[in-house]
Amino acid sequence: MLHVGLTHFLIVSAILFSLGIYGIVTRKNAVMVLMGIELVLNSANINFIAFSKYGNFGLGGQVIALFVIVLAAAEAAIALAIVLNIYKTFSNVNVDEIDHLKE
Amino acid sequence: MSESLLINISIVILFLPLLGFTTVVFFGKRIPKLYLFEVAILGIALLLSIIVAYAKLSFYNTKDIVAAFTWITMGNAPSPGAINIELGFKIDNITVLMLFVVNLISFLVHVFSIEYMRGDKLYTRYFAYLGIFTFSMLGIVLTHNLLMMYIFWELVGLSSYLLIGFWFEKKSASDAAKKAFIVNRIGDIGMFVGILILFTQYKTFTFDVIYQQIAAGNIPFGSNAWLTAAGILIFMGAVGKSAQFPLHVWLPDAMEGPTPVSALIHAATMVAAGVYLVVRIFVMLTADAMLVIAVVGAFTSLVAATIALTQNDIKKVLAYSTVSQLGYMVMALGVGAYAFAFFHLVTHAFFKACLFLGSGSVIHSMHHEQDIRNMGGLKRKMPVTYYTFLISTLAISGIPLFSGFLSKDGILAGTLAFGKLTGHWFIPFIGFTVAGLTAFYMFRLVILTFHGEPRDQHKFDHAHESPFVMAAPLVVLAALSIFIWYTPNPIGAADGWVIKNWIKTPAQVVPNETRFDFMKPSTEEAKAEIHGEVTHSVEYTETMHWAHYPAMFLSLAVAGLGILFAFMFYQWEKLNADKLAEKIKPLYNFSLNKWFLDELYDMTAIAGTLSFSSILAWFDNKVVDGIVNGSATVIRFVSRMSGWFDTFVVDGFVNFTAFFSGFVGLSFRRLQTGKVQTYIVFVIFAIIILLMFFKPF
Repeated sequence: MLHVGLTHFLIVSAILFSLGIYGIVTRKNAVMVLMGIELVLNSANINFIAFSKYGNFGLGGQVIALFVIVLAAAEAAIALAIVLNIYKTFSNVNVDEIDHLKE
Repeated sequence: MSESLLINISIVILFLPLLGFTTVVFFGKRIPKLYLFEVAILGIALLLSIIVAYAKLSFYNTKDIVAAFTWITMGNAPSPGAINIELGFKIDNITVLMLFVVNLISFLVHVFSIEYMRGDKLYTRYFAYLGIFTFSMLGIVLTHNLLMMYIFWELVGLSSYLLIGFWFEKKSASDAAKKAFIVNRIGDIGMFVGILILFTQYKTFTFDVIYQQIAAGNIPFGSNAWLTAAGILIFMGAVGKSAQFPLHVWLPDAMEGPTPVSALIHAATMVAAGVYLVVRIFVMLTADAMLVIAVVGAFTSLVAATIALTQNDIKKVLAYSTVSQLGYMVMALGVGAYAFAFFHLVTHAFFKACLFLGSGSVIHSMHHEQDIRNMGGLKRKMPVTYYTFLISTLAISGIPLFSGFLSKDGILAGTLAFGKLTGHWFIPFIGFTVAGLTAFYMFRLVILTFHGEPRDQHKFDHAHESPFVMAAPLVVLAALSIFIWYTPNPIGAADGWVIKNWIKTPAQVVPNETRFDFMKPSTEEAKAEIHGEVTHSVEYTETMHWAHYPAMFLSLAVAGLGILFAFMFYQWEKLNADKLAEKIKPLYNFSLNKWFLDELYDMTAIAGTLSFSSILAWFDNKVVDGIVNGSATVIRFVSRMSGWFDTFVVDGFVNFTAFFSGFVGLSFRRLQTGKVQTYIVFVIFAIIILLMFFKPF
């Protein structure tokens, strides 16, 4: 008997989170890194929703999830603007080569 | 005039010269005419002191007026207990007489100096110095305690130093100033020790309190010897200041100062301070102390008189004559002729100031010639100076009708009585000898200076009578050398108001067994009276009466003999002084070289001091410097060690820390790749590790 419970949601969220982190860490293209970040944010959203449904916390989780979506949109806009600027400066968006912070 | 007014006026008299000093010394450079202010101030002080003297002597003749305040209070020091140090003024007959004498002579010297010192480049400063001197001298006169006496005593020494060394560009003058100061210090040490003996016992410096304690039988450390010692030690101060043997050597040298200064300080006032001190402590002198004082005084007068015989510098003769007369006064105090000693102090002040100012007048007109061998015949050129000088010479030689006769006769009678009562006949013997010698050398001086033919025609031609401001003081002082001011009877001072009414011999306070027999009161009433008048025994009074006529005739005879010989040698030239000198060459040289005392001091005291100093220098060089250098070496070694420690240990540690940090930095630097993704990996690992450590779930 298959019963979908909190654990399942959390496992999906953890998988999504790990995939997001993997994407952030391994991708060279800055846009791909941004997509990783979106994955991480969405895994967090799943967690919020799941705890909202199964936990005894009221609707706060769902409200936060909506906030996170808005935030993710804003973040994506700013981050893409940054990436565009990076591209203007370095003629590429390869994060490996943008290590001027080191000096 | 009330008593408090009298005191207040006396305080004004005391501080007026100080006001003059400060004004002249601070503004004298800008306003050179200020010296007239100083002179005017002394004039006011003189007037006030005449008023005070008149009021005291006529209304409060037998009463001492004291005004004192507590200066320092020490509540309860551990061993000495409560101490109250008083400052204050005491005005008795002696004080007011001294006030008058000091102010009069100071004023006359100021006036005389206006002309004598004219053209000197430190003209105004000279008057300032005279002011500070007068202030200090008046302080000595007015004080009622030993501490203030000592303070002003030193101030007098200081002003004397300044005035002797007034022409300090001259080496001899600055040397003389130093000599005077140092020699005085030797005496002052004794005085200080004496004062401290009294203070240790009585916890006070006030004369009257100390005397009351002694009279009540409270003796320092319970021993009469200490009382004698205190008396003699305080007398040492007088030995220094009053130029008594063996500390008289500074006074003749002090003649390097300007001549009016010699008149003021080294003849009339400052050197009299010593005698004044002995007068003040007279009542606490034991028989032994008095004998010491008498012998010192007698010996001083003899030494100085024999030296004065052969001196050729007009001021040196007068200087030695001053020493000799001071010896007289001290001797008189020693033999108990208290009143005559003080009387002689007063009369001597006038005629000796006159002699010195007269010599100043001569020196001034002879263009600073001081050698009497180059003078002669000045009688015609300088009649006023001559006659005033002659009057004073007659006074000092003890010729009737003049003041010196009165006081000197009293002193000689006192010594004669002393000789008869105690058997110390050598004291009257010295007294009469010195009287003869004094007459001789003073007339030698007069004859060589004023009589005969001029020996230096060039200087003689330039000589002239001194102007009015120099002649007037001479006339005043010469007038005061005549008997009429002191007594109506020209041959007996005892009938005069000075001896009969003004100066009373105070009762001794020392225990009976330490007094001379003749100083013991022989009646019960006299015994009861502590601050009474004469408490000599009946025998003493009788002996004084007995001594009066023999002393008078003897002194007249020796003085006459002295004058006769002076005329024989120098005026009529019946006898030849040079031949006589040739015949007794050793004695002559002995006298001419001042008994070789300066040489003796050079060989003993000064050489001793020098060799002691060189031992100290050696000690300084070898031991003290050795210790210093040794400690320097040790310190240097320790410093080197600590420097090494610093370089290697401390610096090593510091450098190691730096190196280590650098090393760690280098190692961790790899982590900083600048790549965002690496950082994210670190962050994630860090979070995982933190979660593992803190286990929030």
